[in-house]
Amino acid sequence: MANLFTRFAGIESPNPFWLASAPPTDKAYNVERAFEAGWGGVVWKTLGEDPAAVNVSSRYSAIYDATGQVTGFNNIELITDRSLEINLREIEAVKKNWPDRALVVSLMVPCEEESWKTIVKLVEQTGADGLELNFGCPHGMPERGMGAAVGQVPEFVEMVTRWCKTYSRLPVIVKLTPNITDIRFSARAAHAGGADAVSLINTINSITGIDLDQMVARPIVDGKSTHGGYCGPAVKPIALNMVSEIARDPQTQGLPISGIGGISTWRDVAEFIALGAGSVQVCTAAMVHGFRIVTEMQDGLSRWMDSKGYQTLEDFRGLAVPNTTDWKYLNMNYKIVASIDQESCIGCGRCYISCEDTSHQAISLTSKADGTNQFDIIEAECVGCNLCQITCPVNDCITMVRRDTEKPYMNWLNDPRNPHGEAR
Amino acid sequence: MSLQPPVTLVSPPQDIDACFSDIHPPLTARQAHLESARCLYCYDAPCIKACPSDINIPSFIQQIHSDNLQGAAQTIYSSNILGGSCARVCPTEILCEQACVRNKEAECAPVLIGLLQRYATDHAEFTGHPFDREPESGKRVAVVGAGPAGLSCAHRLAMKGHQVEIFEASEKAGGLNEYGIARYKMTDDFAACEVEFVMGIGGITLHTGQALGRDLSLAELQSKFDAVFLAIGLQRTRQLGLENELATGVQNAVDYIRVLRQAADLNGLNIPQRAVVIGAGNTAVDIACQLRRLGCEEVTLAYRRGTESMSATDHEQQIARDHQVRIKTWCRPEVITLDDHGSVAAIHLRRTEMQGDALVDLPHCDILPCDAIFKAVGQTLDMPDDEQLELLRLDAGKLAVDTKFHTGLDRVFAGGDCTAVGEDLTVEAVQQGKLAAESIHQLLTTQA
Repeated sequence: MANLFTRFAGIESPNPFWLASAPPTDKAYNVERAFEAGWGGVVWKTLGEDPAAVNVSSRYSAIYDATGQVTGFNNIELITDRSLEINLREIEAVKKNWPDRALVVSLMVPCEEESWKTIVKLVEQTGADGLELNFGCPHGMPERGMGAAVGQVPEFVEMVTRWCKTYSRLPVIVKLTPNITDIRFSARAAHAGGADAVSLINTINSITGIDLDQMVARPIVDGKSTHGGYCGPAVKPIALNMVSEIARDPQTQGLPISGIGGISTWRDVAEFIALGAGSVQVCTAAMVHGFRIVTEMQDGLSRWMDSKGYQTLEDFRGLAVPNTTDWKYLNMNYKIVASIDQESCIGCGRCYISCEDTSHQAISLTSKADGTNQFDIIEAECVGCNLCQITCPVNDCITMVRRDTEKPYMNWLNDPRNPHGEAR
Repeated sequence: MSLQPPVTLVSPPQDIDACFSDIHPPLTARQAHLESARCLYCYDAPCIKACPSDINIPSFIQQIHSDNLQGAAQTIYSSNILGGSCARVCPTEILCEQACVRNKEAECAPVLIGLLQRYATDHAEFTGHPFDREPESGKRVAVVGAGPAGLSCAHRLAMKGHQVEIFEASEKAGGLNEYGIARYKMTDDFAACEVEFVMGIGGITLHTGQALGRDLSLAELQSKFDAVFLAIGLQRTRQLGLENELATGVQNAVDYIRVLRQAADLNGLNIPQRAVVIGAGNTAVDIACQLRRLGCEEVTLAYRRGTESMSATDHEQQIARDHQVRIKTWCRPEVITLDDHGSVAAIHLRRTEMQGDALVDLPHCDILPCDAIFKAVGQTLDMPDDEQLELLRLDAGKLAVDTKFHTGLDRVFAGGDCTAVGEDLTVEAVQQGKLAAESIHQLLTTQA
C-alpha cells in the first residue's frame, strides 16, 4: 500500500487529509471525532481576541445539482464564538491525546503588532504544530478590519506574516483569500514576510440564491441577509487554478501549498497534489457526509497511487505543474476531431443541437427509416471544441480523436497569423 | 344492456377498497424531482414521436424539474386535454417510455414519463381554466359521445370560440374512463373530475341519456348544427358463438367492469370462486386482475394463440401474473356445460397449435370447472339505427374517415374507437378528437 505520510512546512501527519478551519474544528469534541475517523490533521477554527465573536441564527445555504446533492455551500458564520481560554485549553489537551496528528491553529486578531504577538505566544504554549493566519474570511470580519480586509492588501499580508514569524518559532501558514484579482500578489507578499507556506482558497464572496417569496437572499436572518463565503465542489476549479498560479510563479517557487476548495473525493486530492499541493484541507465534504468520508478518500488515493506505482505523495506531487502553461505556448498545429460511436449512441440528439445552435454546425442529423435519427460528425467543420462530448450522456460514445496535421509544434508566438508574434 | 352479475359463491376480502388502490402509486415531490432529473431533454425527442397526442414531453419534464408545475400541466393539456387520465391508462411501455433513450443505456430504464405526467396534472393549480376561449364564432357543433374523443374535440372547438353540445347515451360523461377502465388504474371519481375540468373552459353543454338512433337522429343534428362529430365508440361486444352463451354465469367482461366501476360499495358485488376469462387484450387482463382483487380464488385467462400474439402488452401480462392469474395459451373455448340449475359449470378448452399459417385444433380438450365465464374478445361498432348513418362508408367494420376525420357526409366528422384510424387507445381517441376539431374549425372559418 502507498505511504501517505505527509511532512508539510515541517508539520508531520500520517496522511495529507486535514480538516480546514471551520465549524467541524470548532471544539475538542469534533476534533477528537475527526482524529478517531482517521483525519491526518486539523486546522482549529479561527481564534480571536476576547470577547469571543457572536454568531447569528441561520448561517448556511447551498446550491444543489439535479439529483439534490450539495454542489456549493455558503456560510455567514464568524470565527469561534467561544472564549480564547477554553479553546487554548482544549487545543493543548487534544494535542496531548493525538501526538501523531497535525494540529494547526487558525488565528485572526486586529492588525496590530501587539495583538498578534500576544496570541502567537499563547498558541505556542499549547503544543500546537503550527499557525494559520486567517486573511481570508470574506464575511463579517472584514467589516471590522480583519480577515479578507487584510488578505486583500499585499502589504498587510507581508507585515502580519513577519510579525508572526518574529514572535513565534512555529511554522506559519498564510491562508489566502480568492476575493482578489491576482492570487500571486498575496502569495508573494506572504513569501516575502517569511511564511512557511500558504493555504488556499478561503471562501468566495457569494449569494447562493434569492427566496423569491420573501425577496431576500439565503440564509435569511429575520428577513435580511448578507453575502457569505462560498465553498464546496463548485469552487474546486477556481481553487485549482489559483494553486497552479502560485505553483508556477517563479517568485514563489517551492513555497509549500495546502490546497483547499471543494475537495470531496480522493480524485480531488490527487488533483491538488498534482498541481503542487503538499497537503489538502477539507470542510464541505465533511459537513455534508460526516468525518467518515476520509476513509474512502484515503483508500481511493492509496489504491490509485498503487496502480500508478507511486509510493509516496512526493512521487507525483507537482507533476501537472509543468503542463499547465500560458495560452501562448499551446501547440497551434494540434488537431482533434469528434468521433461518434454509432453502436453506443442512444440518439438523444444533445450533441447535434448544441453544435448546431451554439457551435460549428459540425454534426449532421439523418432521419432513418425506423423514425430514429443518426448523428454523424462533419469532420471538415469540426474544430475539436469538446462541446458534443460534454453534452453526450453516454460514457465514451463521443471521443476526441487526434488527426495528424503533419506539422511540427508551433505556438502563438511563432504563428504567422499572430500580428504581434515574434515570427514577424 | 344486461348487467346480470354472477352468483355469489365466495365473500370478498375484508378490506376490499384497499385492494383497489392505485396500481402505480403517484410520485412524491422528491421522487418527481429526481425522476425529472433523469430526462436528457433530447432534441427531436423519440418520446414525442411515440406519443400519439404529440405532447412535448421533454419540455414538461424540464418544467417539473424547475418547479413550474403549472407550466408543465399547461404543456401537457395544450396537446392533450385528457392528460390526467392518459397519465394513468396509457400503455406507456409501448409508447413514450418504450422510445425513451434511457432504455438504451446500461441502466435500461426509461424515464417514468407516465408518472411524471400524472404528477404534473395532479398537482398543478390553476385559477380558473388553463385555456381562454377565443371570441364567440357564432357556430354550433354537435358532438355525439362524451368519451375521450368527444371531450377532446368539444374542448378544442370551445377553445376556438364555437358553441358545443355533447350528446351522451349513458347517464354520465367520460366514456370508457368512467365505465371501462380497471378500477385500480383510475381510482375514486377521477373520471368525473376530469370531465368537469374539461367542461370548465365554458361553451360546452352536456346532454346525458341522449342516444343517437334512439333519442336523436343524425339528420336532425345536421340541420340544427354547423357540424357534427361522431365519437360513439364500440358498443357491441363480440360473442363466442357457443351454445349456452346466455346462461347464468356467462357474461361480457366490459359489463362486469362497468358494474365494478360504478359500485359505491364493492362488498355488495357478486364474486365467482373460479372464473375463466376468454380473451387476450387489456380488457381481459383488467377483468382477470380485478376478479383476483375481489377475492376470486382461481382466475384463468384462456387464449387460442401464444403470449406473443396477445394484444395485452408484456407489461399488462406481467400485471396479470403478479395477480396470480393463470395465462393458458393455445386453447379455444369449445363447449360451455351447465349444472342442474342452468348455471355455468365448466368450459371445455380445445388445444390448438399453428400448422404452417393455420391455427388448428388438436385432439386434446381440457375441461375447466368454473362458475363464471367472462368474454373479453373485443368490441365492435354498434351502428345506431339511423337513416343517415346508413349512408356512412365503413372500413373493416368501423367508420371510414379521411385524413381530416371527415366521414364523407356533409359536415359530419368522426373520431375515436368508432373509426378505422389508429389503435383503440384513450390517447389516440384524444388526438383524433383534437385533430377533428381543428378540421371542423377550418371548415367553419373558411365557410363564408
